[in-house]
Amino acid sequence: MKMNFISPSLPAMAAAAPEPASTPLLRLSELAPGRRGVIVALDAEGPIGARLGDLGFVPGTEIAVIRRAPLGDPTVYALRGCELAIRRSEAERIRVRVEPGA
Amino acid sequence: MSDALATTPLRLALVGSPNSGKTTLFNALTGLRARVGNYPGVTVERREGETDIEHRRVFVLDLPGTYSLDPISADERVVTEVLAGHVSGVAAPDGLVVVADACTLERSLLLVGQVLRLAIPTCLVVTMVDELHARGGRLDLEQLERALGVPVVGVVGHKGIGLDVLRHRLGHPERWTQPLLPPPADAAGRAAWAESILASVLRQRPGSHRATDAIDRWVLHPVFGSLLFALVMVTFFQLIFAWAVPAMDAIDAFFAAAGDWVRGALPAGVVADFVAEGLFGGVGSVLVFVPQIFLLFAVLHALQDLGYMARAAFVVDRAMGRVGLEGRCFVSLLSSYACAVPGIMATRTIPSPTQRLITILVAPLMTCSARLPVYALLIGTFVPAQTVLGPLGLQGLVLLGLYLMGALTALVAAALMRRTILPGEGLPFYMELPPYRIPPARLWLHQTWASVWAFLRRAGTIILAVTAVLWVLLHVPRADVPADVAPERAAAIQLERSVAGRLGHALEPAIAPLGFDWKIGVGLVASLAAREVIVSTLGQIYAATDEDASLREAIRRDARPDGSPVFTPATVASLLVFFVFALQCMSTLAVMRRETNSWRWPAFAFAYLLALAYGASFATHKLVGAWLG
Repeated sequence: MKMNFISPSLPAMAAAAPEPASTPLLRLSELAPGRRGVIVALDAEGPIGARLGDLGFVPGTEIAVIRRAPLGDPTVYALRGCELAIRRSEAERIRVRVEPGA
Repeated sequence: MSDALATTPLRLALVGSPNSGKTTLFNALTGLRARVGNYPGVTVERREGETDIEHRRVFVLDLPGTYSLDPISADERVVTEVLAGHVSGVAAPDGLVVVADACTLERSLLLVGQVLRLAIPTCLVVTMVDELHARGGRLDLEQLERALGVPVVGVVGHKGIGLDVLRHRLGHPERWTQPLLPPPADAAGRAAWAESILASVLRQRPGSHRATDAIDRWVLHPVFGSLLFALVMVTFFQLIFAWAVPAMDAIDAFFAAAGDWVRGALPAGVVADFVAEGLFGGVGSVLVFVPQIFLLFAVLHALQDLGYMARAAFVVDRAMGRVGLEGRCFVSLLSSYACAVPGIMATRTIPSPTQRLITILVAPLMTCSARLPVYALLIGTFVPAQTVLGPLGLQGLVLLGLYLMGALTALVAAALMRRTILPGEGLPFYMELPPYRIPPARLWLHQTWASVWAFLRRAGTIILAVTAVLWVLLHVPRADVPADVAPERAAAIQLERSVAGRLGHALEPAIAPLGFDWKIGVGLVASLAAREVIVSTLGQIYAATDEDASLREAIRRDARPDGSPVFTPATVASLLVFFVFALQCMSTLAVMRRETNSWRWPAFAFAYLLALAYGASFATHKLVGAWLG
């Protein structure tokens, strides 16, 4: 029922529908800079999960990988109109589906 | 408006995420006159200001920046407790002003959604509307007001645009509309709610901040980004160490001259000596740090406001993660190279309480500028000025070695504390990279001055007091010195018989294993005011007429009763190592107490660093003694 609130600009929310076999689930940390995806689930409980949720990392969110730090970690992601850096250890807990054609 | 209404002060609280423009708005509303303190029982900064809106007194509370009302840190807990009216001495606010950046409105709406569930009159201020327009975005604020059900005002805080409208509305929270239904309670529901609202108000999505995007391509480039980082660090050190020197020398010379003038103007005696050495010397030893501290804060605030500090923290985060810290801890440790006091004050930006505490506890290991005169005296006197490898001199290498010894020990100590007494609290790491902005010059100077002033208040008063007390200890009780003794020699005799001199003798058995005699002991006691004070104290003990040539000559020649030199290579090495580790600085201890709200952590820091200093000096004395004799 929350679906009704989602703006039509986010076809990603169709994620709740059966998944097409061509779009495998990945960890956010596995996505290379320049790629985009949609958050499907969070493997985080307690304060980490709660805070990632408060920052906007919730299922259905479009997310793009912007760039990694020179040492390879952390990585900047764009989501919900802002850019946020998180570490690999947190990105590993976020499951994403790569958008077709992205 | 009734008189009763006009005389009842109004309490408003600003709520918003870091980088939302909350502090700029606070300054614009209250005119840069904030009262800064702490909340009772915690070390979270409490900023309050006041203003008059239509003849009504309004107190504005600038709450710490937060992304959520579900607290995971001390800062955030303060926000929720103040809003609930649970903090003693802080009345629950009459109205909340949520501050949101127009360019990241969707994320900010997640916090707005939480605030609107509190059922306290709320008003939303959308900042940086000009930047949204510049990036091609269009936002319908009237529609946003209808969609949220609360008043919405758009402002450009640093230009004062929209402030008149805002002030008019802020004056009457009783007239603010409230939403018919509270937003959803769960994060996913709230995210959907925020999306639906945004979809109805955002006519045009803002493009990416093009300049920021283009700059970051270089600033965060794997190769150029690392090179730039190194360049910024080198310039930083050059600035605070080399370029501050002429001003520091001038201040030193001025206070020496002022001391001489006082001595000439007052009748000769104890009073003149106290004023010249104890007071003017004390004020001088505080003010001599000011050029460096000013430059440090000017650079730090500029880098912070421009947006580079967040990038620097981002670049070093992985390396800091190895020892259980994060990128923002690096900024504090960097400031500690000038002085641990501003470094410890800068730890307030670290969200995790245990990482903040670890950073505070290891900050004194970074080689602060007060150690430099001590290193300069000992290295300049006892390390031969020979070249080792090409342009590298032995003296420079020893100095570099002392810097590295401090920094590496800080990292090892941090890693050990992380694994033992201060394990992590399992918080996620996240940080925003704000767009690059040119800060308004006035605000930048104001922040720099406010920081320098805070340093003077916190460190300066202590250095001054300790210097004055030490002067008394070094000159009381008065010794009867025969009149035919030369004045320099008489001063040295006075010193040996003073309270401090006796303390040095009493310390001798404890410090003899490190190769130190009573004179060094007096110097160590005196260096509690500020480490460099040991140089002027040794100058008095050795009755040296100036600190360069004659003090160096005197300590080189000084011999024990059996004729062997006091300053053997083993003793010099041991003393240098002692200064690398020991926390001989009352100002640092006082700031630690202030920032951790108890004497427990400063006591712990003093004890572990003293143990480290003692152990390392003892080992150094034995090793160098066996090697060089």
